[in-house]
Amino acid sequence: MTAVDDRPKTEIGSARKRKEDQRLITGRTKWTDNIQLPGMQHLAMVRSPFAHAKITAIDTSAAKAAPGVSLVLTGEDVKDIQGSLPNAWPITADQKAPPHPSIAVDRVAFAGEIVAVIVARSARAARDAAELVDVDYDELPAALDLKESAEDAVLAHPDLGTNKSAFWQFDSADAGTGTAVDDAIATARDGGILIEREYRQQRLIPAFMEPRSFVCDPTGEQLTIWSSTQVPHFVRIFTAATLGIPESKVRVIAPDVGGGFGGKLQYTPEEVIVTLAARKTGKPCKYTETRSESLLSAHHGRDQWQRLTLAATKDGTVTGLKVDLLADMGAYLGLVTSGVPILGAFMFNAIYKFPAYQFNCTNVFTNKTWTDAYRGAGRPEATFAIERLMDELAAEVGVDPMEIREKNWIKHEEFPFTSVCGLEYDSGNYEAATARAKELFDYDGLRREQQQRRDSKDRVQLGIGISTFTEMCGLAPSRVLGSLSYAAGGWEHAEVRMLPTGKVEVVTGSSAHGQGHETAWSQIVADRLGIPFDDIEVLHGDTQVAPRGLDTYGSRSLVVGGQALVMAADRVIEKAKPIAAHMLEASVDDIEFSAGTFKVKGTDNGKAMAEVVWAAFTGHDLPEGTEPTLDAEATFDPSNFSFPHGTHLCATEVDTETGAVKIRSYVCVDDIGNIINPLIVEGQMHGGIVQGIAQALWEEAVYDDQGTLVSGSFVDYTLPTSADTISFVTDNTVSPSTSNDLGAKGVGEAGCIASTPAVVNSIVDAVRPLGINDIQMPCTPERVWRAIQSAGSTQADPTTGSAQPHFDEGAPNQAPPDPSSSASAEGAGQ
Amino acid sequence: MTRINVTVDGVGYEDEVEPRTLLVHYLRESLGKTGTVIGCDTSNCGACTVHLDGRSVKSCNVLAVQADGHEVTTIEGLAQDGELHPMQKAFHNCHALQCGYCTPGMIMQAIDVLNENPDPSEEQIRVGLEGNLCRCTGYHNIVKAVQEAAGSGAKEGAQS
Repeated sequence: MTAVDDRPKTEIGSARKRKEDQRLITGRTKWTDNIQLPGMQHLAMVRSPFAHAKITAIDTSAAKAAPGVSLVLTGEDVKDIQGSLPNAWPITADQKAPPHPSIAVDRVAFAGEIVAVIVARSARAARDAAELVDVDYDELPAALDLKESAEDAVLAHPDLGTNKSAFWQFDSADAGTGTAVDDAIATARDGGILIEREYRQQRLIPAFMEPRSFVCDPTGEQLTIWSSTQVPHFVRIFTAATLGIPESKVRVIAPDVGGGFGGKLQYTPEEVIVTLAARKTGKPCKYTETRSESLLSAHHGRDQWQRLTLAATKDGTVTGLKVDLLADMGAYLGLVTSGVPILGAFMFNAIYKFPAYQFNCTNVFTNKTWTDAYRGAGRPEATFAIERLMDELAAEVGVDPMEIREKNWIKHEEFPFTSVCGLEYDSGNYEAATARAKELFDYDGLRREQQQRRDSKDRVQLGIGISTFTEMCGLAPSRVLGSLSYAAGGWEHAEVRMLPTGKVEVVTGSSAHGQGHETAWSQIVADRLGIPFDDIEVLHGDTQVAPRGLDTYGSRSLVVGGQALVMAADRVIEKAKPIAAHMLEASVDDIEFSAGTFKVKGTDNGKAMAEVVWAAFTGHDLPEGTEPTLDAEATFDPSNFSFPHGTHLCATEVDTETGAVKIRSYVCVDDIGNIINPLIVEGQMHGGIVQGIAQALWEEAVYDDQGTLVSGSFVDYTLPTSADTISFVTDNTVSPSTSNDLGAKGVGEAGCIASTPAVVNSIVDAVRPLGINDIQMPCTPERVWRAIQSAGSTQADPTTGSAQPHFDEGAPNQAPPDPSSSASAEGAGQ
Repeated sequence: MTRINVTVDGVGYEDEVEPRTLLVHYLRESLGKTGTVIGCDTSNCGACTVHLDGRSVKSCNVLAVQADGHEVTTIEGLAQDGELHPMQKAFHNCHALQCGYCTPGMIMQAIDVLNENPDPSEEQIRVGLEGNLCRCTGYHNIVKAVQEAAGSGAKEGAQS
């Protein structure tokens, strides 16, 4: 019987169901916490309940005597060997940072910091013993509020003498990429439009579903570390750098990893501690955090105050943007803590043609959990700010917010376009994505309904929110990272191994944790080498299997790692051609390769890839000087970022009596260049959109005035549920990227970057006729209700009031307001 | 220690457990049923959902001793003779999982939703899955998968 070849014509572009699913839907997944090794010891942490305190005494005697306890560690025990946790991104030469111990030695700087560690024969024995550790603290005043901390009211680290870690500026006039923003602002004050706002990016928690888990197995001098990490290669390097263990003695494995969203882009205290414990006990050691520990001590995200000044002419043409950020680092600098706001620095100008731009950022320490990468990392904050401002500008000019965007955005014929930050946007078509989104959304119909509801003073008002976002993704050209003082590069590695039996192993240095690399990578290689999809195995996440790599974050895997794979596959073909030519008794120049077969040009004379692979494997009859292998590897360093974009439209219904917000419909049309697998792309969009909506409506890491995280469990840190969300309408336009051969752009963070301002814009749009121009996130019913109650009155409103304190008399955003230009303040100060 | 008799995925077990042992810890640590995972410590996330006598429970919210004399089905016991349960197939077909950590609990709960109501509306599916958190999919494709499974008679394959 002849097998029917039901393979799609090309794998790229087809909605392949994922290879990864089989083990995940049957419960046969290898999570780190599933690992059990003979003699394994389990760790439990004793964590500080105080935000800032001196440790005056630790009594571990009862814990040491508890059943099954093999070791108890305090900071004092390991202070000479634990090193200091790394910060890979000193954004300025004079950046200040305190030492970052894994176990606090004499002082704790946030609630949740580890002060003692129990090692015992079972997790429950360890937890029981942890209860017996007696720590004496002398509480110190804690720096908690970001703005007060920026004033050094209370010092988070008294030894530093200040809470300011660094100040970083980009100025388009200084960089030669644009004009001076202060001139634009001065001009706008005098007869133009000046929009001055202050927005809050609340603190969020990545809240990946798999709590972090770490295992260290000391076999002889070799250490094998399993970690639920996004970055096994980083963990290997930093284990060496932090603990002084030769890198060659460390193997790091990221087995199946249950989500990350940036939250597992870290080298953690727990990784250090598990390694130290394994070395001290000589036994495999495991630590798995509880959810509460995860929320408390795994790094947080966002947490900025953004002061923004947008200058425009009367007709709404933007002439300049000035950004002044306060960014909350928390208590320490983690891997890229300090650089996260900088990742947003070049995105505030978004898809628009601004002639002048200035970005200022002050990084500030507080006595809270440290912040670091969280899905979008810097870019959601930037996108929120500019997309909110464009709506405010539209309101000021009195036109539809889409119109103001169209007036200012880069036209499709202007690509490649060099932005005011000096970045070259590779490709895009904002007009096409917007036209398609408006059509799917029934934009005009919803605007009509909105007007009807306004006219009839309906209790439930309809709002329409727009977000026409772009982002820079595909981190990153190494030279750019170098110019930003980042410690590493941004290349990626791939290897293609042609097995003698016709199967193919693909090794990638990126490390998936839900993205579907095994499927997408197989599709790429299947097309490139003409190999059946199912014959390709993708290997990743183990530094011994995939020794070179820079892992997965920043929507980089496909556009950087995928390109490395394309290059490696092409090298396989190039290596195979002389062998095929030899087999076909033809000249190499006459050999062409397509659909898995090497052919002599103009003839049907050919050899299948598998035959050439076999010939290479046996090596019996190869041309003189030919290596007997087709295996090939490649390392790709991108020359540019890629710039996906999209138009997201959100309709919300706002109950003006209760403040309740209901999302009615959500449409997005994203342009991420060529699509490898539409199924995976849609999934990324859905998940990203909901994470972004969650920032707009529900999530916030809240500390009380003692510095205790009060949203420290899933009861209080309210992730969206299926009942809170709706189904989405997604579509794509395609402007192929020019920065890689696949023509692909990143998609992992797009939804999360785009959706937050779309939702908040829609809520503000619904209630704008009531005199409201901002509601602080998350836009809970209480906040919306308070905004509505206070609108148009003089009643103090803590929500909108605190969102715009710089409009207070005597506290101008920039230069003192010119009394002749009332335009700026009119639309602003509610 | 307390002696319990419990059937898990069709196999009978007799064990001594500490009375405080949660069912999920018993499943994972004593029986090696690591397909069932732990996602939180406040019974909010539902990652540990299993069936107890055919009804879904969060196994972090049940003591092992409470399962004494009862029958537990985990994600590992769903496929019969190598044939995936229709709900497992639907999750695969609809790309209803990404990292897959919530998936075992989500599938067990989704089957329970259809056992309760074989022909649910989107709203009923969404409310039925409210106790199971997913951070990757935005629920869109999970809802689609349950709809697809409802059409393919997923209820029939469910444990009772």
